Amino acid sequence: MLLIACPYCGNRPETEFRCGGQAHIARPEQPGALDDQNWSEYLFVRKNPRGVHAERWNHAHGCGRWFNALRDTVTDRFIETYPMGERPRSEQGGATAPAATSDIQSEARA
Amino acid sequence: MLEVRYRTARTLPLGRVEARPAGVAIRPAEAEARFVLRIRSTEGEIAGLPLNRPINTVSGDDRRWIARLGPDEWLIGVPEGEADLLQTSAASDLAGRAHSLVDVSNRNVGIDVEGARADELLNAGCPLDLGEAAFPAGSATRTLLGKAEIVLIRRAGAQPRYRVECWRSFATYVHDFLKEAGLGIGEG
Repeated sequence: MLLIACPYCGNRPETEFRCGGQAHIARPEQPGALDDQNWSEYLFVRKNPRGVHAERWNHAHGCGRWFNALRDTVTDRFIETYPMGERPRSEQGGATAPAATSDIQSEARA
Repeated sequence: MLEVRYRTARTLPLGRVEARPAGVAIRPAEAEARFVLRIRSTEGEIAGLPLNRPINTVSGDDRRWIARLGPDEWLIGVPEGEADLLQTSAASDLAGRAHSLVDVSNRNVGIDVEGARADELLNAGCPLDLGEAAFPAGSATRTLLGKAEIVLIRRAGAQPRYRVECWRSFATYVHDFLKEAGLGIGEG
């Protein structure tokens, strides 16, 4: 059985969870200013990497909360899970600067 | 002023008959009042029941209990006659704080599962680790049993005593599932 570490409940069986697709997608601040190409990319175009992928997960049959997870799509191993609005620990202090999460609407709401 | 307000007695969808496969008692619970409380902060208490306990634990006793199911979600159970009382004291205890208190008495059905091998029986359909270390007395969580979502509560005491709370429309499925699972205990 695959165990997923919910940030609130700890290790729980995979069947209690639902995947919500790619994480850290910021809604454009001015959707009206975008052309069709950029808007459709925001809506529909997602990464499909072979390797580490940042995803949103929902502990649907548990605490009901959304959180983010880094998962290796090859091995299905969960590298880490972290609450909404945060960046992965493995990224902090690295080359990538953490995004200002407050302007990511979907995450600020969670 | 009428102190006691009457509530329509509810029919119990599962009846009262107790099943005892392999020494595990599967007993539909009596009608009970239940509430779902959503509030952001965990300060204070509601009608004497504490809010600040860790996530996935239950406090109180068998009659009046409060289970914290998530960071901001609680399931509260009280005797049916105290339903109005709880709502009144919640209004005063939580005055001035944004919260929602929803009466789900008619939505939920309780089944008590008790006996030395109750954890084995539940594990027929529940993927959680119900061992003493992972799910000690006083634990409570939402999880799955077979295809149905349940809230599983482990009461205090050394002997395993569980309460399975499910939605009314799943109740016959959950009840039959438990009874059938009891037939397989001790085999293989």
